[in-house]
Amino acid sequence: MSNYTRRTKDELAKRVAQDIFDGAVVNLGIGQPTLVANHLPAGREVILHSENGILGMGPAPAAGEEDYDLINAGKQPVTLLPGGAYFHHADSFAMMRGGHLDICVLGAFQVSATGDLANWHTGEKDAIPAVGGAMDLAIGAKQTWVMMDLLTKKGESKLVEKCTYPLTGIGCVKRVYSDIATLECTPQGLKLIDLVEGLTHAELEKLVGLPIAAA
Amino acid sequence: MIDKIAASVADAMAGVRDGATVLIGGFGTAGIPNELIDGLIAHGAKDLTVVNNNAGNGDTGLAALLKTGRVRKIICSFPRQADSYVFDELYRSGKLELELVPQGNLAERIRAAGAGVGAFFCPTGFGTQLSGDREVREINGKKYVLEFPIHGDVALIKAECGDRWGNLIYRKAARNFGPVMAMASKKTIATVHEIAELGTLDPESIVTPGIFVHHVVKIDRVATQAGGFKKAA
Repeated sequence: MSNYTRRTKDELAKRVAQDIFDGAVVNLGIGQPTLVANHLPAGREVILHSENGILGMGPAPAAGEEDYDLINAGKQPVTLLPGGAYFHHADSFAMMRGGHLDICVLGAFQVSATGDLANWHTGEKDAIPAVGGAMDLAIGAKQTWVMMDLLTKKGESKLVEKCTYPLTGIGCVKRVYSDIATLECTPQGLKLIDLVEGLTHAELEKLVGLPIAAA
Repeated sequence: MIDKIAASVADAMAGVRDGATVLIGGFGTAGIPNELIDGLIAHGAKDLTVVNNNAGNGDTGLAALLKTGRVRKIICSFPRQADSYVFDELYRSGKLELELVPQGNLAERIRAAGAGVGAFFCPTGFGTQLSGDREVREINGKKYVLEFPIHGDVALIKAECGDRWGNLIYRKAARNFGPVMAMASKKTIATVHEIAELGTLDPESIVTPGIFVHHVVKIDRVATQAGGFKKAA
C-alpha cells in the first residue's frame, strides 16, 4: 500500500504557477485554474487574458467596488491593472487562434495520453450543452495545460488512452498538472515530469493504467 | 444632414420584421441592451432567430424575450448558466432550437458577415461534435473546418457614448460583441448613455465608426446588474 499525500487545490495551483514564466500572457479557465493567479511567484510579471475582452486583468475588487461592466469569463467582477486594455470579441479570440497567447490552463473531464481534451460536455442526454471559449482556447494557446484531479471520485483515471466524453480538441494538451503527478502528453504517449512524495512511478502507471515514460 | 439619433426605442425598432435574425450584444450581463430587448418585445416581431453569447439571465432582458415564445432559434456559445432557467425550460420542452457555436467561431462568423467574407477555414472545433458535417481541409499540415458567416437583419447593441453620425465608444468589457455585431447587420441600433456633439469624440478612440450604425438611442444610465454566476451564499 502506497503512502502518498495528494496536493491540495492550493498546492496544485502553486505547482502550476511555478511553471508560468516571466512575461507570459496567460488565460486561466473558469473554476480551479482561476486559483493559479493567487500563487504566481513574486517578481514575475504575468499578463492575464480574459476572453470577454480584457488583457491585464487584476484581482477581484473590494466589496462594494464591483463594476459589472468589468467581469471575467466566469461573469464575476474583476479589476484592470495599469497597462491593461479592452477589446472586442473577435480580437480576443484572434489572440488565441492566432497563436499570441502563451499559456492557457483549463480543467478537464478526460485527457488522452496524446493530448486529446474532453472538458465541455458530459454527453448525457438531458444535459444542456454549453461550450463557451473552451474549444478556441484548447487549440489556440501556444501551450495548453490541464489542471485536474488524476482520478474521478470513483477512482477511475481521467488520463485515458482515448477519451469517451465528447472532445474539445485533438492533441492539444501539452501538460497535465494533477493532485498526484505532473505529466506531459506527447504524440508517443505520456511522459513523467514529477510525482508527489511517497508515490512511485510504478504505482502511478498502475493508477493510470497506461505506460508512462520516465522523466 | 445626417442624424442617426432616434427619438425613442420604438422609433428605432420600426421596420423589424417577423422572421428576422437579431444579433444581440452582451456577455453575461455586461453590454446587454436591455432597453432595446424590451423595445423588441413591445414591437412584437415573432419567429425570430436570436444570436447572443448566452441565452438570458433571470426573468429580464433576453430571458423575457425568450419567454414571449417569439424566438424560434437561438445561436449561442454558452446557454447554460446559474440563472438561465427560462432558456432551460424552453430547450428541454423542445420549443426552442439551439445552434451551439464555440465562442470564438461565433465572433468570427459575425465578423466575417460584416467584412463580406463568404466563408472561412477555422481550426476551432475540428474533430468535435460541433464541426458537424462541414468541409474539413488540411492547410500547411493543420486541419481546418469551413465556417459560414452569421448575418443579422438587426443588431441590438449597448455602447457608452455616440454622436449623430453613429460613431460609438464603449465601456470596459461591455464592448464584447458590439463592434462585430454592428458590422454584420442591415440595421444596427445602439443605446448610449451620452450623446456627444459631432466632433467631440476623439477620432483616435472611436471604436465603431458610424458607417456600421443606423440608429442611436439615448437611455438613462443604470448600473449593469450582476448575473450569470452562482452568488456566494
